[in-house]
Amino acid sequence: MASEATLNTKDQKYFVPEPSAWPFMMTISMFVFMIGFASWLNDAEIGKYIFGIGLVMILAMSFIWFRGVVNESLGGSYRVWEDKTFRWSMSWFIFSEVMFFAAFFGALYYARVLSVPWLSGEGSEFSTNEYLWKGFEAAWPTNGPESVGGEFQTIPAWGVPFLNTIILVVSGITFEIAHHMLKEGKRGVCLAFMGLTVALGCLFLFFQAEEYILAYQQLNLTLGSGIYGSTFFMLTGFHGAHVTLGTLMLAIITLRIAKGHFKPTDDSHFAFESVGWYWHFVDVVWIGLFVFVYVV
Amino acid sequence: MSEAHAHDHHDDHHHGPEPGIMRWIKTTNHKDLGTLYMWFSFTMFMIGGMMALVIRAELFQPGLQFVDPGFFNSMTTMHALVMIFGGVMPGFVGLANWMVPMMIGASDLALPRINNWGFWILPFAFTLLLSTLFVDGGAPAAGWTMYPPLVLQSGDSLPLLIFAVHMMGVSSITGAINIVVTILNMRAPGMTLLKMPLFVWTWLITAYLLIAVMPVLAGAVTMLLTDRYFGTSFFSAAGGGDPVMFQHIFWFFGHPEVYIMILPAFGIISMIIPVFARKTLFGYDSMVYATASIAFLSFIVWAHHMFTVGMPVAAELFFMFATMLIAVPTGVKVFNWVATMWKGSMSFETPMLFALAFVFLFTIGGFSGLMLAIVPADFQYHDSYFVVAHFHYVLVPGAVFSIMAGVYFWLPKWTGHMYDEKLGKLHFWLSTIFVNVTFFPQHFSGLAGMPRRIPDYATQFAEFNMISSIGAFGFGFSQLILLFVVIKCIRGGQPATGRVWEGARGLEWSIPSPAPYHSFETPPDVPDSEVTSAQEQHA
Repeated sequence: MASEATLNTKDQKYFVPEPSAWPFMMTISMFVFMIGFASWLNDAEIGKYIFGIGLVMILAMSFIWFRGVVNESLGGSYRVWEDKTFRWSMSWFIFSEVMFFAAFFGALYYARVLSVPWLSGEGSEFSTNEYLWKGFEAAWPTNGPESVGGEFQTIPAWGVPFLNTIILVVSGITFEIAHHMLKEGKRGVCLAFMGLTVALGCLFLFFQAEEYILAYQQLNLTLGSGIYGSTFFMLTGFHGAHVTLGTLMLAIITLRIAKGHFKPTDDSHFAFESVGWYWHFVDVVWIGLFVFVYVV
Repeated sequence: MSEAHAHDHHDDHHHGPEPGIMRWIKTTNHKDLGTLYMWFSFTMFMIGGMMALVIRAELFQPGLQFVDPGFFNSMTTMHALVMIFGGVMPGFVGLANWMVPMMIGASDLALPRINNWGFWILPFAFTLLLSTLFVDGGAPAAGWTMYPPLVLQSGDSLPLLIFAVHMMGVSSITGAINIVVTILNMRAPGMTLLKMPLFVWTWLITAYLLIAVMPVLAGAVTMLLTDRYFGTSFFSAAGGGDPVMFQHIFWFFGHPEVYIMILPAFGIISMIIPVFARKTLFGYDSMVYATASIAFLSFIVWAHHMFTVGMPVAAELFFMFATMLIAVPTGVKVFNWVATMWKGSMSFETPMLFALAFVFLFTIGGFSGLMLAIVPADFQYHDSYFVVAHFHYVLVPGAVFSIMAGVYFWLPKWTGHMYDEKLGKLHFWLSTIFVNVTFFPQHFSGLAGMPRRIPDYATQFAEFNMISSIGAFGFGFSQLILLFVVIKCIRGGQPATGRVWEGARGLEWSIPSPAPYHSFETPPDVPDSEVTSAQEQHA
């Protein structure tokens, strides 16, 4: 549909790349990484080294592949038609990420609303409680009828987590200001706001790390603290991993702006915008986390 | 329509294939990658098939003959994983790679390098998976559904299994994004959504399902990994978790996955029947809406796989009625296929034979699915051979037959030669007879109470199992005919015309056979004579 409206003679030919070894090398890198990780988990001493090599290979291949795409973009290979491809692809990729988080939010919902009450005998589960877990009463947070991981305390929502919410929301705003400055050609201001956005991302990660240290050292809240610890650390952990990646992406496009990429004459600067989409997505996930993990 | 317009740009720079093995490693061409996908799918079909024959050899007689029960369980588990993720899904992706760009007039898939990546992940993912046959504790033996706590008792195979699933997930998601974007963005001007061939439509919807559910599977197996190695309690009641939660998350993926394996089949059948009935497809619009309805419903029926697990009655009723609703759009499809043939000028070449067998035998699988959807009846059928018979009817004479139908249908377009019709028909009849010999008796042994996934059984089931095993070996060896036909067709044969089949319409038939390495470097016109959809019918 879109293609019909916008195709003109200049865009009649879609960019079809030459044969490339990048994807195959990326696959090898993933394979080494996975083999290493699996051996590590199976207590093979060499596993963690293979894992490390695989990780370095993945990062190196990502760098090589993305550098190639950036060069193609600077060389003018991508025009209106290709730009639409990238926009659609990024949207669907983010949708797949949403579904990944949905699995963990689903687990949180199921445990809190359904299975923990069932363990305490709610509904038709009287005998479950009577014969298997006598005396267990439903509560949240919980680490289950056997208090797996021992007594623990939780992190209150209205301290650092709330601060972190503000940090992420503000970083979304600073990014959008940078975006407007870029479009208006005020690259100095744009760079300043991009630097601010990256700094806010790092600050978020710093606070998050502090909270984890606090949880492990003083609250006895760990990944092993029953279902609460599991959902808490897996949700915030995967989110933190996404913030890390997002911050890295922000840093990269900041450097690209500093190098003079995304010229005002370019009607497309989708690499820049896609990082923004990703960053806003990470922001929205955090708000979901803040509400359902910390507040409620 | 002349065959010429694809060659408007002779003067353009054609980057052809690289020489030697690097052609296949570095290729970004949708046809090369489609071919790789098809061969990979066939290889996995053979490996998974051998595992099935180990199962059927053991079940040929009551008592334990050939393998120990642990290995038997590994075989049922690995057979399913290999066939689903290695055989059927890559088979459909291979057909999509080959045909979707040609059908919509695109130069290639939208992201050719990502396409290469999506393919090459698969051989490595399956190396991980198959390597578990040689590790301590043997291959995973807890069933392909990987239910905890049983699967958490696997040996060293568990992380390999989980990482293999992660890699397959990356492959599926990248492949699906590629197909969605290609269909949304790469159509030739004039190829409006409701003019697209149904194979394109069904793949668009399938790709959407893949993007929606593969990440959920990745999440589920990640929870297994952390439960086993990092001390979480997602599936342990002692820590407040619930093993049943895994089943919910898994089947939220698993049920759409079932449709991922059948919607493209619907598309292929909807392409083939009109050609050999020499009529346009009956009810094109309703086919599109039915496909979309099935896809939507697939998200709200998952718990029918776990009726006996102990759910609130309200949930059982909801999932029962939602499941039965699926019969409506599926019925629309079967009706439309039959109506397409009504008063058609039919001929029965091999693709048509497979398509007809599909309509008939898939419908049998659909009906046994309706039986399983009835909660009180399912309490009897659950985990019995009746279930095995049901899903093999929808997957083998359903999904697999549609892939074979597609291969015969499009092989002349790919190779430029007609395949050997006599051998094709022989392959069809042997496959169809043996598939029924294999799976039909399993309905009876299942209804009589034979449980699935057990290497031994009561002597009362001996005859049915013996018949079933004979059928399985017959079916397995019949597939060598397919291999022979395909190789023979690649090496030579009667030259195929561009149109290949009398009455075939669509952009893919407007270019020469074999299709040139780059079919449409610039978007072609879409003349009405090449449109098979409703718009054209109304005209």
